[in-house]
Amino acid sequence: MLNIFQYEFMVRGIEVGLLIGLLAPLIGIFLVLRRYSLIADTLAHVSLAGVAIGLLVGLNPLLTALGVSVASSVAIERLRQSRKIYGESALSIFLSGSLALAVILLGLSRGLNVDLFGYLFGSILTVRQSDIYLILILSVIVISLLLAFLKELTFISFDEEAAFVSGIPVRFLNIFFIVLAAAAIAVSIPIVGILLISALLVLPVITAIQLKKSFVQTIIFAEAISIISVLSGIVASFYLNISSGGAIVLIMIAIFFAVLFLKRKRY
Amino acid sequence: MSVDHTKNIIEIKSVSFAYGGTPVLNNVSLNIHEGDYIGVIGPNGGGKTTLLRIILGLLKPTSGAVKLFGTPCLCRKEWSRLGYVPQKAINFDPLFPATVYEVAAMGRYGKKGLLRGLNAEDHRVIAESLGRVEMLEYRDRLIGDLSGGQQQRVFIARALSGEPEVLLLDEPTIGIDLQTQEQFYRLLKKLNKELNLTLILISHDIGVVAGEATEIAFLNQSIQYYGDPSGFADEKSLTGLYGSRRPFIAD
Repeated sequence: MLNIFQYEFMVRGIEVGLLIGLLAPLIGIFLVLRRYSLIADTLAHVSLAGVAIGLLVGLNPLLTALGVSVASSVAIERLRQSRKIYGESALSIFLSGSLALAVILLGLSRGLNVDLFGYLFGSILTVRQSDIYLILILSVIVISLLLAFLKELTFISFDEEAAFVSGIPVRFLNIFFIVLAAAAIAVSIPIVGILLISALLVLPVITAIQLKKSFVQTIIFAEAISIISVLSGIVASFYLNISSGGAIVLIMIAIFFAVLFLKRKRY
Repeated sequence: MSVDHTKNIIEIKSVSFAYGGTPVLNNVSLNIHEGDYIGVIGPNGGGKTTLLRIILGLLKPTSGAVKLFGTPCLCRKEWSRLGYVPQKAINFDPLFPATVYEVAAMGRYGKKGLLRGLNAEDHRVIAESLGRVEMLEYRDRLIGDLSGGQQQRVFIARALSGEPEVLLLDEPTIGIDLQTQEQFYRLLKKLNKELNLTLILISHDIGVVAGEATEIAFLNQSIQYYGDPSGFADEKSLTGLYGSRRPFIAD
């Protein structure tokens, strides 16, 4: 059997996987509880436009994806808060608009030998050593900010109006959260790819919610499911020569149905 | 702590409000004094919830002003002295993974400020609040697993955790059975008497509220009656408010 740690790209993949696995449920729990799952998908598509810009102008695609995704997240939240159009309509403008932009830009950069498939579905082969530092720094920042504002974000998710009345800066924290979500989504691209990011964020959380535990315990279970799925998905992708993103999401779905089945048997 | 029943803690001065072009509140003035238990009643669409949302700072009046504790309510500090118990049915996700204790603790967050965790004193206040509404033994149960009446008590505990001076309740008994409602009103009376908490109760249930509150404000775009519940129960005033064609229901 091949030794996974002999390969530098695998070590890099596992390092990044651990960080993303840890980060994803902390973002995902608020996306799920606030019915924001579509925002994750939208920001992922926006990130693809960012990747395309990076490839075209020769910048690190992860960095351009981050910039475009964070800027769009602020625009989406402001549009949503203005209540001039329905929340979902705001999202669909960004989702289809950025996909259209990405297709055109990627068409222009054809011939540059781009691993588009890797960006769409995740390939740890695309992780460069310089990316590791970027992902490490961003993950640490996002995770510590989320933990610092966990109690306020929890209250806002549970009851936005009551949170506002009790003096919590709701508008600021809504923007703050969506910017963190955008950053988390951009750095998750190498592992699961643009099309599967929302699954990475959402699946461990909805699985953990099935267990009917306290808020803190739900986060801990979601973390465990997320890290186990991401690491085993990366290992499986290595030995079976399959896409890491696909493997991770299928493992997450398997755990979801296993939990659903076990819970049903108990009652 | 002695209660000064003449001291104004909320002053509503000629407040008007319109949604688009439709007037909802028209020149409403009302003073709420320390220790009051005021029932704001009136027909649906009469502007009760709008008035509550203006007091809470969730809506800005088209004209007029609200003063909280003597200061115009523009700064957040005054709001944290208000406790808000929302209408249960519209604000609540039964699948939300939070225990009774976690929900009650939320009421403390605004008081703590950002980046500061709860300390032993906070946990004492939260447990005490749950004890007051007799929900402490349910502390580890999920909020979604409780009955409607129990959930409502937890939301009161959440408001109490912020140690408010005024409790504002928006139609708190909707969807709750009669027996539980009685318990609920006993609890409100206790909070008003023992904690000297000022209560503002919004309800369409005129009969019950007139029997519970110490003051009644009848709101139908403007305040049409303010004063003692016994005066309100007077048939003459009811006829005036509802019009002479109000049907009588004989036993």
